Amino acid sequence: MRQMTEIRWHGRGGQGAKTAALLLADVAFNIGMHVQGFPEYGPERMGAPITAYDRISAKEIRVHSNIYEPDFVAVVDDTLLHSVDVTKGLKEDGAILINTGRKKEQLLPLLNDYKGKVYVIDARKVCMQTLGKYFPNTPMLAAMVKISGVMEKNVFLKEMECSLQHKFARKPEVLEGNLAALRMAFEEVC
Amino acid sequence: MLKTRMSGNEAVAHAIRQINPDVMPAFPITPSTEIPQFVASMIANGEIDTEFIPVESEHSSMSAAIGASAAGARTLTATSSCGLAFMWEVLYVAASSRLPIVMAVVNRGLTGPLNINAEHSDSMGARDSGWIQIYAENNQEAYDNFLQAYRIAEHPDVKLPVMICQDGFITSHAVENITLWDDMKMKKFVGEYEPQHYLLREDEVMAVGPYAASGYCMEAKKAQAEAMKRAKQVILDVAKEFEAITGQSYGFFEGYRMDDAEYAIVAIGSVCGTAKDAVDAMRERGLRAGLLKIRVFRPFPAQEIADALKNCRAVAVMDRAEGYNAVGGPLGAEVMAALYRAKAKAEAVNIMYGLSGRDVRVEDVEKLFDELVRLGDGEQVYSETCPYIGLRE
Repeated sequence: MRQMTEIRWHGRGGQGAKTAALLLADVAFNIGMHVQGFPEYGPERMGAPITAYDRISAKEIRVHSNIYEPDFVAVVDDTLLHSVDVTKGLKEDGAILINTGRKKEQLLPLLNDYKGKVYVIDARKVCMQTLGKYFPNTPMLAAMVKISGVMEKNVFLKEMECSLQHKFARKPEVLEGNLAALRMAFEEVC
Repeated sequence: MLKTRMSGNEAVAHAIRQINPDVMPAFPITPSTEIPQFVASMIANGEIDTEFIPVESEHSSMSAAIGASAAGARTLTATSSCGLAFMWEVLYVAASSRLPIVMAVVNRGLTGPLNINAEHSDSMGARDSGWIQIYAENNQEAYDNFLQAYRIAEHPDVKLPVMICQDGFITSHAVENITLWDDMKMKKFVGEYEPQHYLLREDEVMAVGPYAASGYCMEAKKAQAEAMKRAKQVILDVAKEFEAITGQSYGFFEGYRMDDAEYAIVAIGSVCGTAKDAVDAMRERGLRAGLLKIRVFRPFPAQEIADALKNCRAVAVMDRAEGYNAVGGPLGAEVMAALYRAKAKAEAVNIMYGLSGRDVRVEDVEKLFDELVRLGDGEQVYSETCPYIGLRE
């Protein structure tokens, strides 16, 4: 495994890319890692492109700059592929994960000849089947854990169950749907 | 002790929860808004019984803080950028009235152009207002510094307000690992506030903030200046006591690999973490590189800084606030004056970086060390007295 894993998230204001980055930092912390989860702030408004970052490392993290050469990139909204250079600096031994209802082949021409691995997931499909509402964070988080290998699937699911139990202590009925979304995302990402 | 993760704003709010101060007037401004938000939630949840005063401006929040503190209450507020600027005239009133108010400052540039990101122009603008200023590299330091603040402010030798500063967004909104200390240990460390003189004391009539004629005003200012000098020893004593409980070591500054350093960076705030990685990279390349991270800017530890830098060949002093004086920034001016007074031989340059949140990378600092080597060799490296790094060309 890498000494430090660096991840960049692209989304639109309101879609929860920042929340996904913070959730990933949270779960990585829970398995004993040093983490950084932070958004890049500008004049944010709903729908505008936003960026968030994760650093995950076994050692203390001191650097406080943005991430320019990420190991992994997550794109929460595939319309961003037309306006944002999402593969900029992305390492070729890394991967990009895109939330899309389209086929992977349709997206490849939009990735600036990126040589690394390309993964897609239809987070809307996963959400509608498991939660009945569209929260792309949850499946994107699971898919990122799978493609980055920052932790084992079972460790991740167990950690998420604990933290979701805590988070939804007063709404236990949504716990099962969220866990189902995480498990389904692991299978669906390809 | 609890190892967890949280943002810098959450960390400061956690310190406030442990201290449970008496009064917090506050007005929201990005990126410090979360601090009064968290405090308001903690009050609503019954975790603390701080009196929260929503006000209509920062001038009012500082004025209310002055009133509360003069009345004898342990008082705090939080602000950033233009909010701090709007407090200007009353900042001086707080300090000259010798009121031990603590203010969480989440550093953000002053307008304009309008921007919300990290810069030190807000607190650096207030550097001569009579407040003690302590800066943090990360969430842990913001937390630890806040826990030490009242012990310094309320000390009978000091009686001055304190700003606990951290970089907007870079640490205030970044979730990082942190170690939190036990509630009871921290409550005991901070202690109860028992002011000697205060307005609500029934058996003592006093006035706060009256007119002082020229015949006495200068003496009051001299007394205030002496208190700032005495704050130095108190800051060190409080840090020592804090270390005995937590193991965390603090002083006026942190020297990172400075013992045998020939080339040093002097900086404040979150960039110091980035600079530490650069120092390690330069050391691997065989260069004796080091970092002097300023924690306490007011009082300014001039002699101690000069001592720490006296064996260096070349020094770069990094400012995150433009002085608009055709020379450079505030840290550059003060460090260079300190070096001159100490008759230090090191070549020194003032570097402007990170304005309005402009990002600084490890590579940027490594390049600076390369330039310092040439500067130390007597080469004319820079064409300006205060070159910018990270500027678009």
